[in-house]
Amino acid sequence: MAIDPKRYHIRRFLNGLSITLSFLAMAFGIFWLGWILFTLLDLGFAGLGTHLFTESTPPPGEMGGLLNAIVGSLLMTGAATLIGTPVGVLAGTYLAEFGGTRWLASVTRFINDILLSAPSIVVGLFVYALVVAPMGHFSGWAGAIALAVIMIPVVVRTTENMLRLVPNSLREAAAALGAPQWKVIIMVAYKASLGGILTGVLLAIARIAGETAPLLFTALNNQFFSTNLNAPLANLPVVMFQFAMSPYEDWHELAWAGALLITLGVLGLNIIARFIIHKRT
Amino acid sequence: MQARGARNAPSLVVANMIQTQPMPERSEPPSVSEAPTPQAPDKAARFTHRYGDLAFRELTRFFTVVVLLILVGIIGSLLHGGWPALKEFGAGFLTSSEWNPVTDEYGALVPMVGTLVTSIIAMLIAVPVSFGIAMFLTQLAPGWLKRPLGITVELLAAIPSIIYVMWGLFILAPVLAEHVYPWLADTLGQAAVIGPLFDGPPLGIGMLTAGLILAIMVIPFISAVMRDVFEVVPAVLQESAYGLGATRWEVVWNIVFPYTRVGVIGGVLLGLGRALGETMAVTFVIGNAHQLHASLLMPGNTISSTLANEFTEAVGETYTSSLILLGLVLFLITFVVLAISKIILARLEKRAGSRMA
Repeated sequence: MAIDPKRYHIRRFLNGLSITLSFLAMAFGIFWLGWILFTLLDLGFAGLGTHLFTESTPPPGEMGGLLNAIVGSLLMTGAATLIGTPVGVLAGTYLAEFGGTRWLASVTRFINDILLSAPSIVVGLFVYALVVAPMGHFSGWAGAIALAVIMIPVVVRTTENMLRLVPNSLREAAAALGAPQWKVIIMVAYKASLGGILTGVLLAIARIAGETAPLLFTALNNQFFSTNLNAPLANLPVVMFQFAMSPYEDWHELAWAGALLITLGVLGLNIIARFIIHKRT
Repeated sequence: MQARGARNAPSLVVANMIQTQPMPERSEPPSVSEAPTPQAPDKAARFTHRYGDLAFRELTRFFTVVVLLILVGIIGSLLHGGWPALKEFGAGFLTSSEWNPVTDEYGALVPMVGTLVTSIIAMLIAVPVSFGIAMFLTQLAPGWLKRPLGITVELLAAIPSIIYVMWGLFILAPVLAEHVYPWLADTLGQAAVIGPLFDGPPLGIGMLTAGLILAIMVIPFISAVMRDVFEVVPAVLQESAYGLGATRWEVVWNIVFPYTRVGVIGGVLLGLGRALGETMAVTFVIGNAHQLHASLLMPGNTISSTLANEFTEAVGETYTSSLILLGLVLFLITFVVLAISKIILARLEKRAGSRMA
């Protein structure tokens, strides 16, 4: 077969061009992300020290740490996990085990996928109207509820997906032995997909750990150390937001240290989740 | 070798199709409830058997309804909170560019335009770059580089937005103001049609900076999805094309992309949904000015940045209620984008049969 030289050259040129552009795209992506990580490590480590964990956020011009913000963040994330996990897992169980193609299941799947990417600031407004306005004050509970609302769709989605991966033959074997369906689900399906569900929960925690927008209208902030969930509660993201927006240099330094702490926490959770998946397969 | 590959390919493709056909049936929801359960020996066991099932089933159904109620609650509470403003301004709220707490007059046009413009800038940058990254990761990268780079991209997608944002405010904006924007204004700013887009003083903060940071934030997200779907393409299909003499680009554009179109569109729309609703990235660098400018270098505002900046400080019913109504507008915009993406995906999935999960 004769080769048309013109066509051949065009094809070769297009191929070379696309490969070059692909390399450039990768370099472009790595460049920005490398720059961001470099800045984070550079400025974050500069502010790192034991004072971060022993002192609360300072007024401008004084020394201080992030103790109240760290404790507040941990408390709210913990409470959100305790609220969000059971709701998410049970709803995911309905979708995978009972729902099938029923309208409730189909509608919920659709809605859940939308909630998964819904703007988090709108969730803040919702919880403001639901909790803060009736109670008359900002509170840690409101923050925890807002975080739980963001967490639930993630857990629902992973739980459903993981339960669907459990082979039906396992369920049928248990049913053939006379186990009722709830026992089949709890003792067979949950056990088989435990790692996957746990991974989903960890990833959901990683997702809410750095959420700032919904906390602005719910937990707000607290300059002093507090473990009272029924009052405004300090938390890392909002402290970082306020400190970064401020004109004070030492506040900026604390904000970068907080940024580094959050990033390390989130990356740690992701690596643990990855490890669990890896071990299972 | 080439001839053999080409001869074998079609039959392998067919074999692959046949193999994947029964997959959906296996991944269907379990039908244990329909399976014949053995007769329970006595009444008590039968009682727990029956009502245990019923209780567990209703419990899970209850929490499913809770998930639905969250959506109803979000729309309901925003509608309730925004009602006074809706009553006062009516549909004019959407077309008015007024935003004046002194005269108590509010309109959503400026923040809406800001949200759309920054998201479009972000998508224009992020989609081609993500496509290139996904192509690099699946087609070009040597084996030893694939995994580390892939994991890096996934981990970067998990970093909270506030980190990107602080970097954007402290590091990127000054660099842009000093080096990039003056140059843009001198070159593109003088061009005929697009000139006004790049005209203006180089402040460093504004629509373009916000769009750029949004792009950097969603690149890991979109490229992770694209890479995942590119990897689903059976090697047999690609190798048959190579066997027929196709170049790498032709394989990517004519084999990989058509095969994964559904997933790619899904990833892009998910990224768009994220960019539309992103709050912090924009709040820091957009400049918060309730003005419409032709220039992308000038400060503007988006719905989410308006909310983040003004909500806790708003006084008076009309002000607060206008902000809540703004939140409802944002929610409805993202709802429509995400709903369209879901419907497109479902349709394409149906047409593509069982090829894509």
